[in-house]
Amino acid sequence: MLILIAIWEAISKFEVFPSFMWPPFIIPNDPGGVTVVKTLVNGLISGQLLLATGTSLWRLILGFVIAVIIGLLLGFLIYKYKIVDDTLGFFVTSLQAIPNLVWMPIAILWFGLGVESVIFIVILGAALSITITSSTAFKSVPPLLIRVASTMGSSGFHLFRTVIFKSTVPQQIAGLRLAWALAWRSVLAGELLGGSGGLGTLLDLGRSIQAMDLIFSIMIIIGVIGSFIDNFVFVRLERMVLKKYGIQTTP
Amino acid sequence: MAEEHIILKNIHKGFHRNEDTPTIALDDVTLTIKKGEFVSLLGPSGCGKSTLLNIIAGLEKESSGSLLVNDRPIKGPGNDRIVVFQESGLFPWMSVLDNVMYGLLIKKVPKEEANKRAMDWLQKVHLGKFANSMPHELSGGMKQRVAIARALVMDPEILLMDEPFAALDEQTRMVLHKELEKIWRETGKTIIFVTHNIREAVVLSDRIVLMKTRPGGIKNIFPVQAARPRISSDSLLIHLENRILTELEQEMEKVLKEELGSDYALKTDHLRVDPHSNMGSDI
Ligand SMILES: Nc1ncnc2c1ncn2[C@@H]1O[C@H](COP(=O)(O)OP(=O)(O)OP(=O)(O)O)[C@@H](O)[C@H]1O
Ligand SMILES: [Mg+2]
Repeated sequence: MLILIAIWEAISKFEVFPSFMWPPFIIPNDPGGVTVVKTLVNGLISGQLLLATGTSLWRLILGFVIAVIIGLLLGFLIYKYKIVDDTLGFFVTSLQAIPNLVWMPIAILWFGLGVESVIFIVILGAALSITITSSTAFKSVPPLLIRVASTMGSSGFHLFRTVIFKSTVPQQIAGLRLAWALAWRSVLAGELLGGSGGLGTLLDLGRSIQAMDLIFSIMIIIGVIGSFIDNFVFVRLERMVLKKYGIQTTP
Repeated sequence: MAEEHIILKNIHKGFHRNEDTPTIALDDVTLTIKKGEFVSLLGPSGCGKSTLLNIIAGLEKESSGSLLVNDRPIKGPGNDRIVVFQESGLFPWMSVLDNVMYGLLIKKVPKEEANKRAMDWLQKVHLGKFANSMPHELSGGMKQRVAIARALVMDPEILLMDEPFAALDEQTRMVLHKELEKIWRETGKTIIFVTHNIREAVVLSDRIVLMKTRPGGIKNIFPVQAARPRISSDSLLIHLENRILTELEQEMEKVLKEELGSDYALKTDHLRVDPHSNMGSDI
């Protein structure tokens, strides 16, 4: 990390690239000049970056929650009804082959430039992914466990709640983790193109005013949030569940 | 005592894999089991023992024929007929105790009472100390004992056991034989018991149903008239054991002949079956 920063500073100091393209990280090149860290800190203090981060996160969470509900529901229907599997299942798999961003023009046509478009592609991307992972998870519930529960008198929603769903929890979490990463990318891509506030739009602004320091600040925030949530939410959750279920992981 | 509990009439069962011809797992099975009877199903691998058990349990639907339990056709599975499966099938996300309590809570037994009964049964299978363990922390034999406790705690009218003791060591098996016989005597449950072990069948059963394969069905039925409690060295039992063994060997020879074709002659010498071992489980 330190070495990376040192190399960064060196490239900047020797002016390998003009400084608007490669701003210094910590130590300004001329007194009072711009640095990435300074922009980052100022942006956070002034609230501009913080506000944009909040906006993006809020969209991410809203879109993700809706996507989880849709994805689990569709996944379950695909598992439960063969006819849904043959039709919708096939359709979803084909749609998933289309990169998320490709939907943006359609989203803008349908919903205009704005929040709706961004949330639309977040939901679309994550829901498709969750639909696939959850239907696979439901399909892989061991029939033996269902038989055990049935012979004990369980059926219907009770069977789903106490056995079918419980049995898929490890796979569902892995699926959510994947979908979360997709959703985070979609938010930013959507904001970048759809221009409706948030980190992505700010990034686009940075590009148009050639503020490399701002762009790097935003990238740092994006990376930190992405890996923070992945490590502190999903990796932990996953580890906890795998331990409880006694599933061996290769260290 | 002589009341008819389970009546199977002309049961057929075919499994459709793809569009091709179905595997016939059961062909015309007719069998009546009396209330409180202990019946063993014996036969080579693939002769439809598990399938028959699953049909009685309501987990599998017969292709044709009729099945009556207490003079009524059954509607799917129900907790008057509990199955102990070949594999333990414990829920990995529940503690051992919660696994055993699962069915009781469905029956709306109050939590405290369910807890007490589950603990009682765990102690009977010598796993009281493991009540709070997770299934993956147990050995295969221990898991199977939990599965047995989980079934017995339900106190069902009919107990369907699919090779419940196959994975256990000899000592535990003996203990559980005694325990099962005692429960059966005290509660008058109807028990259908699948096994590969002739001795086990002879010692425990009122009747032994010997099954055949291709197509699966009943080959012969042997009543066991020896007085209880039984000891396996009883001469009547040993005599019966040998009779069943002879018939089973014929059946297994037939299977081998079909499977090996002309290579069969070379293999006959190896077919020496020891009645003490888990017959047939190795073919
Ligand atoms: N779900 C299924 N789909 C297709 N075929 C099946 C299915 N279950 C069982 N069979 C077939 O039905 C036949 C009987 O199977 P079953 O499991 O009842 O045998 P079994 O007597 O219990 O054997 P084992 O002693 O090995 O447990 C076998 O030929 C098997 O291939
Ligand atoms: Mg079987």
